[in-house]
Amino acid sequence: MSDLNEILLEEEAAADCGCDEKSTFVPDADAVIVGTNLTKRFGGMTAVDCVDFELREGEILGLIGPNGAGKSTLFNLVSGFLPIDVGTITFNGVKISGLNPDRICHLGLGRTFQAAKNFPDMNIFDNIRIGALFGIKGKSYEQADIETEEIIKFVGLEKYLKMAVPDLPLAIQKQLEVARALATKPTVIMLDELMAGLNPAEVDEAMALVRKIRSGGITVLMIEHVMKAIMAICDRIIVLHHGRLIAEGTPDEIANNPEVIEIYLGGEA
Amino acid sequence: MELLKRSFFGGKAAKIQFFAIIIAIVVLFFVPNFGSAYLPLFLAWVITYAVMSLAWTLFSGKTGYVSLASAAFYGTGMYVQAALGSNLPIVVSMIIAAAASFGVAFGIGLVTLRLRGVYFTIFTFGLSLFLNKFIHWYEVKFFHTKGHMVLAYDNLTVYYCVLVVFAIFLLVVIPMNKSRFGLALDCIGQNEDSAQHVGVNTTMTKVLAFAVSAAPVGAVGAAMATTIGYVDPDIAFKLLASFMPVLMAIFGGTHSVYGPIVGAIVFYSLQDYLLRELPGAYMIIFGCVMVAVILLMPKGIFGVIDTIIARRKRGFDGEVIGDV
Ligand SMILES: Nc1ncnc2c1ncn2[C@@H]1O[C@H](COP(=O)(O)OP(=O)(O)OP(=O)(O)O)[C@@H](O)[C@H]1O
Ligand SMILES: [Mg+2]
Repeated sequence: MSDLNEILLEEEAAADCGCDEKSTFVPDADAVIVGTNLTKRFGGMTAVDCVDFELREGEILGLIGPNGAGKSTLFNLVSGFLPIDVGTITFNGVKISGLNPDRICHLGLGRTFQAAKNFPDMNIFDNIRIGALFGIKGKSYEQADIETEEIIKFVGLEKYLKMAVPDLPLAIQKQLEVARALATKPTVIMLDELMAGLNPAEVDEAMALVRKIRSGGITVLMIEHVMKAIMAICDRIIVLHHGRLIAEGTPDEIANNPEVIEIYLGGEA
Repeated sequence: MELLKRSFFGGKAAKIQFFAIIIAIVVLFFVPNFGSAYLPLFLAWVITYAVMSLAWTLFSGKTGYVSLASAAFYGTGMYVQAALGSNLPIVVSMIIAAAASFGVAFGIGLVTLRLRGVYFTIFTFGLSLFLNKFIHWYEVKFFHTKGHMVLAYDNLTVYYCVLVVFAIFLLVVIPMNKSRFGLALDCIGQNEDSAQHVGVNTTMTKVLAFAVSAAPVGAVGAAMATTIGYVDPDIAFKLLASFMPVLMAIFGGTHSVYGPIVGAIVFYSLQDYLLRELPGAYMIIFGCVMVAVILLMPKGIFGVIDTIIARRKRGFDGEVIGDV
């Protein structure tokens, strides 16, 4: 009874979210994250507008779009950082919209922020160890230490261990965040502009890291402006523009999509 | 068990700290035998402020959520004593006072700890004001009086009561700082968003820490009420009781348990001296000292000492020698 009510309420909400029609989105069978009808407004501005999307098991999915398109906001909705106005998100079939970020983390979702959020007064080791200690309940300190060592090697942070976190180059601060997210042992990781501001050699390293993460069995959803990287490593790409999902496809399809070319070239000309 | 070992016996510093605390408490136990008749009361006040300042540091010092609710918890303890003190042994009423303050803090925490920054501070400030006015209204409406008498105890008994609270609190806080719970609080203070995204239940952690920090404040409030003999809302919820612990903690520094204790000793002594010698100028001088402390020593007295040590460790050309 209350379920029915909830569905009715959701339909009503969907009706007044301004979406053209009720979502008829049917996700793929191997989708791990499914977002339906996602809408988020800030005041009068709709940052994410009736978005349906899915993340499939084992893939690297790229999320692109011009500045202010709503990409980071979409991440914030998925990780529980911001409440959703309309729509639902499921993770491995479990509804996660409405849960707090710590619960979502415990279900196996890791993320990074566009502007890295680290613990400034802790050293690098502890920054990562926090992820190991709290990401999975009841882990022993010894086990957390072992896993932290492994992740430091995996991400390649050995040579920075002695530095204070605020003194790290920005690229490394972002990698530290990736390391902490990995320490929570996620099955899905969301990376927000890991490669922004890197030089070409560093971009290559970051690409190798993302590939390595996926080889380790973790599904990746990444926001990126560096086209070369996106085109090279993504299996699939989705494009946001003014909060709306305007294209979805393989890198080749996206590169040849007239609408995508229009918003990128049109905007930057 | 393992945690206790690590907190008190893991490493030389921890061992020294543990024995220093035990010795200090034993010394404090016998001190009143040697001083004037006034000494136990004086020390009871110092310890009361030390407990309040430590409690403030436990929550606000770690999380960065500046609470001005000390007076609310302290006053709650006083009122519990006023209500129950004549029928129950003081130890029992103190435990009930601690539980009451814990409960008030838990409830307030659930409602307000979603607020961030200055909003939380303002709310906790308002809480003391609200309790003051509410109890005033309640007393007038149902008892047709303002204030209540409190059964008096001798100063020595009160002194031992607050000393026990202090000892228990210290022996709880130190392992707590080293525990997963303490680590979670540190994370919240340094980057709450990040903490939440790696699995720290930030809301529950904050609410629990807030409540745990309120309990000993309620207990000392109950004990000290018996030395005054009478409480009314203005005495119980006086706003200075919210500011003093903050000032003491800032003066001493919030990164160790010693900071708030040193702050309490220095500031209560100063207050006591000024009140006796210069009662007219007391508030003015005290206010100037407060401003000076906040401007000049944002990291506290131990922070100042650390800086001096760090400077002396530097070589002539400013190169750092050794670990600073
Ligand atoms: N917390 C917030 N409050 C108000 N407005 C917000 C908030 N977060 C984002 N916005 C607005 O929502 C819009 C989408 O922002 P978002 O950060 O999602 O864009 P983006 O696609 O990640 O852009 P970029 O490529 O610059 O990172 C922007 O106009 C932004 O100003
Ligand atoms: Mg963004």
